[in-house]
Amino acid sequence: MSETKNGNKNEDKKLKKVLESLSPNERRILPHLTLGKVTEICKRSNLDKVSVLRAIDYLSNKGIIKISRKTEKIVSLDTNGIFYRKKGLPERRLLDLLNEKRIISIDDAKKETNLLEDEFEASLGILKRKNFIEIKKGKIFLIANKEEIAKKTEEEIFLENLPLNYDSLSDEQTRVLKALQKRKKIVSIKEAKKVEIELTDFGKKVLMYNVKDKNLIEQITPEILKNSSWKGKNFRRYEVELPVPKIYGGKRHFVSQATDYARKIWTQMGFKEMKGDLIVSSFWNFDALFTPQDHSVREMQDTFFLNLEEEIEDKKLLEKVKESHEKGVDGGSGWKYLWKEEEAKKLILRTHTTCLSAQTLSKINKEDLPQKFFAIGKCFRNETLDWSHGFEFNQTEGIVVDRNANFRHLLGYLKEFFRKMGFEKIRFRPSYFPYTEPSVEIDVWVPEKKVWLELGGAGIFRPEVVIPLLGEKITVLAWGPGFDRMLMNYYNIKDLRELYKNNINQLRKIKFWLK
Amino acid sequence: MAIVTFNRDLFEKEIGKLDENLQNKIAMFGTPIEKIDEKEIHLEIFPNRPDLLSYYNFRRAFLSFLGKAKGLKKYKIKKPESNFEVIIDSSVKDVRPFTACAIVKNLDFDEEKIKDIIELQEKIHFTVGRKRKKVAIGIYPLEKIKLPITFKALEPDKIKFVPLDFDKEMSGLEILQRHPKGREFSELLAGKVKFPIFVDSAGEILSMPPIINSKKTGKITTETKDVFVECSGFDFDLLKSCLNILVSSLAEMGGQIYQMKLKYKKPEITPNFTPKKIKISLKNVNFLLGLNLNEKQIKILVEKMGHDYKKNFVEIAPWRIDILHEVDIIEDIAIAYGYENFVPEIPKIDGFGEEDKKESLKEKISNILVGLGFLEVCSFHLTRQNDQFGKMGIQKKFNDSLKVVSAKTEYSILRENLSHILLRILSENVDAEYPQKIFEIGKIFKIVKEKEGFFIKSERKKILEEESLCIALSPGNYTEIRRVLEYLFNSIDKKIEIKESEKAPNYFIEGRVAEIFFEGKSIGYMGEVHPKILENWKIRMPVAIAEININYVLESLL
Repeated sequence: MSETKNGNKNEDKKLKKVLESLSPNERRILPHLTLGKVTEICKRSNLDKVSVLRAIDYLSNKGIIKISRKTEKIVSLDTNGIFYRKKGLPERRLLDLLNEKRIISIDDAKKETNLLEDEFEASLGILKRKNFIEIKKGKIFLIANKEEIAKKTEEEIFLENLPLNYDSLSDEQTRVLKALQKRKKIVSIKEAKKVEIELTDFGKKVLMYNVKDKNLIEQITPEILKNSSWKGKNFRRYEVELPVPKIYGGKRHFVSQATDYARKIWTQMGFKEMKGDLIVSSFWNFDALFTPQDHSVREMQDTFFLNLEEEIEDKKLLEKVKESHEKGVDGGSGWKYLWKEEEAKKLILRTHTTCLSAQTLSKINKEDLPQKFFAIGKCFRNETLDWSHGFEFNQTEGIVVDRNANFRHLLGYLKEFFRKMGFEKIRFRPSYFPYTEPSVEIDVWVPEKKVWLELGGAGIFRPEVVIPLLGEKITVLAWGPGFDRMLMNYYNIKDLRELYKNNINQLRKIKFWLK
Repeated sequence: MAIVTFNRDLFEKEIGKLDENLQNKIAMFGTPIEKIDEKEIHLEIFPNRPDLLSYYNFRRAFLSFLGKAKGLKKYKIKKPESNFEVIIDSSVKDVRPFTACAIVKNLDFDEEKIKDIIELQEKIHFTVGRKRKKVAIGIYPLEKIKLPITFKALEPDKIKFVPLDFDKEMSGLEILQRHPKGREFSELLAGKVKFPIFVDSAGEILSMPPIINSKKTGKITTETKDVFVECSGFDFDLLKSCLNILVSSLAEMGGQIYQMKLKYKKPEITPNFTPKKIKISLKNVNFLLGLNLNEKQIKILVEKMGHDYKKNFVEIAPWRIDILHEVDIIEDIAIAYGYENFVPEIPKIDGFGEEDKKESLKEKISNILVGLGFLEVCSFHLTRQNDQFGKMGIQKKFNDSLKVVSAKTEYSILRENLSHILLRILSENVDAEYPQKIFEIGKIFKIVKEKEGFFIKSERKKILEEESLCIALSPGNYTEIRRVLEYLFNSIDKKIEIKESEKAPNYFIEGRVAEIFFEGKSIGYMGEVHPKILENWKIRMPVAIAEININYVLESLL
């Protein structure tokens, strides 16, 4: 007893909830649901098909209706069929001719009816089978009477009744259909989707209530609040679990987010930011960094040249760099070649941020040592553009100018930076750069992919670099690993081109830099 | 980047099984593994170590690194026999002044060894040889040569021989024009009055360096037992080192090295395996590496890298070209010690970090725009000619744009504004939901012509890099973009003046564009983009755009 009572109570609660949750469109179509067909509902409710279908879906979710979606086979006229319905079937055209002539030779009949060979043959066969004609000695004789001629054939009746549902055809009709199917493009059978709606028992109960929306509030408007008309009314319930349209906010580009984060790490570690031009002379990009003038990186294939030159202002420094290349410093041998100022003057797009380090060293006040500097910025290489190459990339640069620094400190700074960037495991391998010795290649471990990610180089500036710039041999730890590969790893981007593609959908959806 | 390929079977037989441990050792030796499969192992060799570019030389160095050999490897070098001579004629002085030569006998070539030595030769050409410009190498079957040999230069039409891969006699000039190698390296001899040749005492031309050897005398086969080796170029020291790399590799294969007399004005004898000495101080090593090694330990580490240690000196392997300074030996010591064995440490140094002020301000401006729902975009500094000019309806002479030389893509000029780039981005995103609101802060480039000199004035082109801010709104109109800009300047507590302008770029609609002034200076324009421009970009949604030079603004905020 009490169970039924509870059951009723629950039912009532559900009914109330559902009644309150009906949207205006749902209410509009509710009275017309008994019609069962979507097209009819559209007509009666004066709503478009999309709105009706959507409302039907919601009603079905609420258990008011049951939707059955069926596919039906529909028999309809094919291209020739449409033509024949207008002009008459070939056999009708032949019969009309015979009605006029009574007897005619086959050849004449063919000409006069102007039928195609196969259509004419088929027509003769059909009329013979129906016992309307006889063929003797190349002539057709009409034997059907007037009544028979005037009466519509079963094929004609069938075609007039199209379209028909395949499953509801009578045996008779099926037989006619099969015969017609043997002929060219008269009929076709297509599948059509059909939505049928049926009220559930619960739905019938809903329908018994007055579903007029007077007492339900849709949008809360300032009006309603102003005149307190909400009082005594209910608020239409929403389907709170249903998906809603997406919203996208403004955002920094994900590369900028990561760059800003890295800038904060460096400053927390006590580094000062270096900034400079993207266009620099070869002097700062190469010569000051002890890169010999015939090094392949200084060719057009590798580096963007601009066909412009810049005078190197500091002639004293220029002489020191020249000497460092030609004869070496501090007991070293140098590259032993004739260094040319002309080569150094050539302007290029910087190939690394290390040129900033060279410029910084040339300006440093030695009384302020030790000092630490960093930079993050765009660099350029004359490359093609594909999934793993690009002509622009970001580098993160750092130098530590400290009379007491050593190789282990270099590894220490790098380990700490990459730990803060999210890489716990780091590996250092020997490498080679013209301006550092010892030189280091940095790999970080990506546990999810179980691979070492190669990030780029570091080292201690050679005396050939340091002495011309600083005037004495002071240890300068330096690094310039690439930045973009770390980002690709974090954002799970596999194609380098996607970093600067500016696909608005991607920018809207991509996660934030959450380190 | 030089990649060498070694036979895996041979490697495993002579050096060790390529398990994880050995693969790790190879990486830690400074020769990262590029690829490894059942048959071959591919290593990357850095440009400072051409002495590792052949299997036999790599084996020598790596066995020593593994501790299976010790110190500088000594080879028995025999003195030159009576006619082991190369006469260097003064005619080569202007075209290819130097050569270093040797003879190696009793070789037992098989296909593998020939492949190895040819690969070494090619790799040296390509790396230290700077595509044969600095170093060109020839290896010849000695049995086909009548010693002594002369190195001289002749007029190209007087040089006649059958080059490798051809059946017909050709002149020096014909080789440059028709032989594939001649065409590939023609610029190395083009314009020279005379071309260099090696010729034997029977008058047979052996080769025309740095281009091609003779078919008759310039190809080694598995039949060859004795070879003549020469390196020619411009830097005698470098040539001697390269010769040492080559002949020591042949000696590793089992050959016997013989010296040759080089008849320069001042005669020389090569090859010379006397090691160069470099001073090394225990203090410097430990100071730079942060270690506490004693002399004995340093001796062991130096020997692991194939050098010898004598009190305070290192005797450098004569095939090493990369030791310019003590630090190069210190790096060798670090490699021998093992990079993985260094304990990273951060020293305590005082000092405050500091962001660049302008960068911080740019970050703040970005955040203001983000607050208005704008997406930041990041684009390339290089752009396409047609994007910057054609599609923007700007007729501009190509010469006036900032072109980079020999770009490998269509992105071959530096951007002069961001507006065309934001339009390109909008045009590439017509399928994304509208409204689209984007901005970028970045560098743009301008050419300015400066007058120079006091009496004689000449013009000099200079490039200015400026920070630009561009904002685009689609759909958007003049009012909306102006509201954004005014909000931005209100937020940074600065004023702008907005004036009608005749000079505005004509990609705006006339009458719907305004010039923006900041502290009296014109800093840019804002307005509605003309439909003909939108049509060029296939954009079917109205666009309002503003672009301003923020250099002055940033300065005033500092």
